[in-house]
Amino acid sequence: MMSFFRTLRRHPSGLLGFLGIIFFLLMVLVGPYVIPLDTKVKVDRIYSPPSLQHPLGTDHQGRDILSQIVHGGADLLYVAFLASLLSTMIAVVLGALSALIGGRVDSLLTGIVDVILTIPQFPLLAVLAGFVQLDSSTGIAILLALLSWPHLMRPIRSQVLSLKERDYVEAAIGLDLGTRHIIFAEILPNMASYIIIHFILAMTGSMYAQIGLVFLGLVPFSSSNWATMIQLAWVRGSIFFADSVYYILAPIAAISLFQLSLVSFSRALDEIVNPRLRAGDA
Amino acid sequence: MASPARTLQPPFSFLLRLRKSYIVRRTLNAFFKVFLVTTLIFFLIRLMPASPVDVYINLLISQYGMPYEEARNMAAALFSLDLDAPLHLQYIDFLLNLLKGDLGISLVSRGTPVIQMIGRFLPWTLFSVGVAILLSFSVGMLLGMFMAYRRGSLLDTLLTTFASVMSSIPNYLVAILLLVFVGVQWQWVSIHAMRGSLSPGVVPGFNWTFISDALYHAALPIFTYFITTVGQWMLSMKSSTMSTLEEDYVTVARARGLPDRRIALMYVGRNASLPLFTQLALQIGFAAGAGLLIETFFVYQGVGKLLIDSINQRDYTVMQGCFLIITVMVIFANLFADLLYGRLDPRIRIVGGGS
Repeated sequence: MMSFFRTLRRHPSGLLGFLGIIFFLLMVLVGPYVIPLDTKVKVDRIYSPPSLQHPLGTDHQGRDILSQIVHGGADLLYVAFLASLLSTMIAVVLGALSALIGGRVDSLLTGIVDVILTIPQFPLLAVLAGFVQLDSSTGIAILLALLSWPHLMRPIRSQVLSLKERDYVEAAIGLDLGTRHIIFAEILPNMASYIIIHFILAMTGSMYAQIGLVFLGLVPFSSSNWATMIQLAWVRGSIFFADSVYYILAPIAAISLFQLSLVSFSRALDEIVNPRLRAGDA
Repeated sequence: MASPARTLQPPFSFLLRLRKSYIVRRTLNAFFKVFLVTTLIFFLIRLMPASPVDVYINLLISQYGMPYEEARNMAAALFSLDLDAPLHLQYIDFLLNLLKGDLGISLVSRGTPVIQMIGRFLPWTLFSVGVAILLSFSVGMLLGMFMAYRRGSLLDTLLTTFASVMSSIPNYLVAILLLVFVGVQWQWVSIHAMRGSLSPGVVPGFNWTFISDALYHAALPIFTYFITTVGQWMLSMKSSTMSTLEEDYVTVARARGLPDRRIALMYVGRNASLPLFTQLALQIGFAAGAGLLIETFFVYQGVGKLLIDSINQRDYTVMQGCFLIITVMVIFANLFADLLYGRLDPRIRIVGGGS
């Protein structure tokens, strides 16, 4: 663990990304207990600029924006986490099976992946959301996972294919230790970092998709979160109202910073794991 | 592999060669995918538990008090489906109609064939997305090569930071930021005048008024696509150029005393850009998705906005048509990227690629 931090120190952007992720996790998990959600309408403080009392200003009803930001991340992070967890699991299992069994199974699975990857994902999501009522976060996460695993499966399959040639895996195959043993005990531990990188990237993908769905008005989230804050500003037209700038900027900054943290952390991990890329480090 | 082919009669060997040809294989693959996607859409529409056809029939009954038979006939006419025929015949009929370009009739704007609506909206999407992808691809490649040649310099560090930041911010957020700052806070442009894809009264034609007006209205969408994708091209091109610079043939070219510009263009640039063409295919699909939101935010009359509007109005025939067109567009753009890749890298055409 210590050596992990020492390595990360040599990647300033990766360290920043890591700290950013920790910051957002703390804010979303612990923050609500520290800062209560401000629900009191204050007519005299509509769209007030940042001040000591309201560090991020107030919204169209004079409510504190900071408290809405602190309370508005849990939903999105939960969906992103669950969706990429499920999609990584599907991708790892199918990718490993496809690479290890080979033959018919392999060509069938890669064929399916090839077709799913051709269909533009976001339009498909939008169309599906038009058919099925998506009102639970878990439902959205499952739908996102079902559509996004092919993106992960390809790289995992090729990674397993190359690991398969290693001596220790060939030894395990020779000893007939069984597919499950080979996947979970021999191959997966050796590509853990690789899977983590893709897991993080899948999180950015599902953040992108679910926020997009909220903007289109296709996902009726009941609670208020970063995405619905922007969506409300758009629907009410307050986006065209010059004073509302802090109300729009706050959730945009939260989403962008979270995405940026995820991406820079995963990039740094990638460079640490594949030192060949390190020359490309800024 | 080749020995049985040689013993065949000439026409067969021609067919065999055709089958092995890279271009033919990619093209057949693309058409097969189009077929699969249309099949998927058909079954989505006919077999889903709350299928759009049933939903629409129920709507007609409850809203207009139509008898069931009449409502059903009306739905059948609008969807261009014969609801009484067995499912497999309906399916064949659906495919034949598609071949004729018959996508049904809009449920909301009665009487307008879907294909006609798409014909009106699609050119704008092709125009804005096409221009943006070409721009960001070429600018990103040039900057990426530049960064690789000057790596470690201050400019490289700045550009790399810019590229990583811009490629992680979701594109629709950039669209909103543009609206908020350029349009509302600083008022550099009038976003109300920039809405739509053409100013009223401007007639399409090959003249400056039309071209400048089209570009004026597409400027914000194009800029959004450009600024959010250019970073990725820069970073990929940089790493790809750096690994190419270490190749032996570059060292040999240097040793032969070839001019630097020639090495950069013919030896480094051509080989370093190859991996980017495989990414191009993925990017086109992604841009098609991003178009939904970007066109909606800028009120740009493209096929993405049409799709969103039809979803919100439950206009299923338009929705089905738009989704089909977007997918087909992506499949053929992929095919184009594939063929371009084959052109640039002769190894692919001859060996046929690993996958």
